Amino acid sequence: MSSRERILGRVRRALADVPPGDDAPVARDYLREHGERTVEETVDLLAENLADYRAVVHRTDTGSLPGVVAELLAARGAATVLVPPGLDTGWLAAAEVTRVPDEAGSTPRELDRVDSVLTACAVAIAETGTIVLDGSPDQGRRRISLVPDHHICVVRVPDQVVASVPQALERLDPARPLTWISGPSATSDIELDRVEGVHGPRTLEVVLVR
Amino acid sequence: MSGTFVGMPAFPAAAREAVRDTTLRGNLRHATHTIRAKRARAVAELDDWERLRQAGKRIKDRTLRHLDRYLVQLEESVTAAGGVVHWAADADEANRIVAGLVKATGETEVVKVKSMATQEIALNEALEARGIHAYETDLAELIVQLGKDRPSHILVPAIHRNRGEIRDIFTREMGEWGRPAPEGLTDTPADLAEAARLHLREKFLRAKVGISGANFMVAETGTLVVVESEGNGRMCLTLPETLISVVGIEKIVPTWQDLEVFLQTLPRSSTAERMNPYTSMWTGTTDGDGPRAFHLVLLDNGRTDTLADEVGRQALRCIRCSACLNVCPVYERAGGHAYGSVYPGPIGAILSPQLRGTGSDIDASLPYASSLCGACYEVCPVAIDIPEVLVHLRERVVEGGEAVREGNKVRLRPAKGHAAERAAMRAARWALTRPGALRTGQRLASRTRRLHPRTLPGPGRAWSGTRDLPPVPAEPFRDWWQRTRGGKGGAE
Repeated sequence: MSSRERILGRVRRALADVPPGDDAPVARDYLREHGERTVEETVDLLAENLADYRAVVHRTDTGSLPGVVAELLAARGAATVLVPPGLDTGWLAAAEVTRVPDEAGSTPRELDRVDSVLTACAVAIAETGTIVLDGSPDQGRRRISLVPDHHICVVRVPDQVVASVPQALERLDPARPLTWISGPSATSDIELDRVEGVHGPRTLEVVLVR
Repeated sequence: MSGTFVGMPAFPAAAREAVRDTTLRGNLRHATHTIRAKRARAVAELDDWERLRQAGKRIKDRTLRHLDRYLVQLEESVTAAGGVVHWAADADEANRIVAGLVKATGETEVVKVKSMATQEIALNEALEARGIHAYETDLAELIVQLGKDRPSHILVPAIHRNRGEIRDIFTREMGEWGRPAPEGLTDTPADLAEAARLHLREKFLRAKVGISGANFMVAETGTLVVVESEGNGRMCLTLPETLISVVGIEKIVPTWQDLEVFLQTLPRSSTAERMNPYTSMWTGTTDGDGPRAFHLVLLDNGRTDTLADEVGRQALRCIRCSACLNVCPVYERAGGHAYGSVYPGPIGAILSPQLRGTGSDIDASLPYASSLCGACYEVCPVAIDIPEVLVHLRERVVEGGEAVREGNKVRLRPAKGHAAERAAMRAARWALTRPGALRTGQRLASRTRRLHPRTLPGPGRAWSGTRDLPPVPAEPFRDWWQRTRGGKGGAE
């Protein structure tokens, strides 16, 4: 007997007390979102919660975005920036940096030598201060937003912003590789106290663009 | 379960040692009190917390009650998405499967995401015995591995270490494993985190095989979820060419939508955050992004035996948040090592004796490692009634009876060392069903009360060693009632 058959057999014997066919979907009486907010207030909450977990938040409009991106890269002293294949090239129009394309052949070591990465996102969650990347062409492969030490993520507000976790899951496609990011990398492993900055990007800048 | 813990003394002996260690007591007190207050604040932000908690319980119960169907559905979904599913009935089989998969890649080292399942099966030791080096990359797991230590907490395995001890371990050991600690390393948490970043960077960048567990597996989509903070998980899940995930069969949720409950309750219960810094979700393999080969090893190792117990099976709802450890007065004083298992604290006290059986001294003593205060039940985000299961397991230890071990029904014999307890209970049953004998006995006890010892002799000594014997009144209650009609002195 294979282990598959053995385990399934054990499960079925263990559940002899369960009447067959009583599998109904569970009742969901919890809230779809917490509190009532206008669209504007939801965006404000996103900014507040991102900042609470030490992401650096900037707000601008489409026209000024290239200037803001250029400033952030210059302030960081970045000479090179990773660019996902489908990123709006206009976002980097004002930046004087070397653009490094995200190529399938690039090794982790090569990515490690790049100063910054610029991506879009799939959705942002106000209640938790979370941005979610889904590997779309304007976000690139998971590794590019991981290995460089500085990540700039552009969120289109208000259309990419949802209030809550349940609303975010409705918008996301489970078939895509998803990365949920809430602030820069952190740890609570020393005396259960939170410290920012371990393996992922130690600086996360989120640009909310109208 | 883990070979690391073989030969552990029973909980009372181990705990007696631990409470004498004042550094350990201080470290645990500081850490658990820090997180308790924070968790309470994070939970209070959601005014539907209790409804989320009950929904989490219902979702997990639904999974468990139809686990066979969801396992088969998960296997189909993962396979359709490009993954390969393996089944492991016990720890040895899981270790053999993983070692075989690593060998097939030709590699001799792997990087690991923190995983309770691989701790439980002692995967690192099994790989080492086959010439494969496993590097832990979670900060706390790294501290444990470098310190040749054992984990003492589900979320923060090095919770028993303070910053000074961690600095000393890094300074002493990092050079043996790879890049040494920076010169003049201080004990500030930020510097310690930086030292770990530098030490592990090299290993991440060259890794070809990653090993993980998973917090959740979605049956309908085949999606696996890993919840973490540091980014070491993302490194291990996306940079290597081969990914092997070892996951307990109870980690399934039926639907994608079910995640909306646990992604709200887990971070707030474990690290007391609205959301943990990083959550990775992947479904099989993706062309051009992440590992090209994905293997899922589904682990039983005592879970189906636990499932067979209608009272005890609720322990399988556990999402490993560790909130119950952080509020437990026993855990706070005894520490994690005394529980003799990778699962310490209240959840460990009901999980270990079910996964491993109650055959060993330590496992037979774990259901007693509790004051039954119920704080663990109150904070549990999936409403596991830990006190109920503790009492149920105490009964099994004392009385014996039917249980399932490795899929077979067995009849357990009453445990040794509880003979006096059983005799006392039999005597009580005899006396309490015979009013005449009870009355005579009570009057005799009252008349001789000046002669009673303050501690019990013989087998009762251990019991009265930590408890005061109740004083016997000068007159039995029923005599007093008959004489006075409840204090009214028969005035009417």
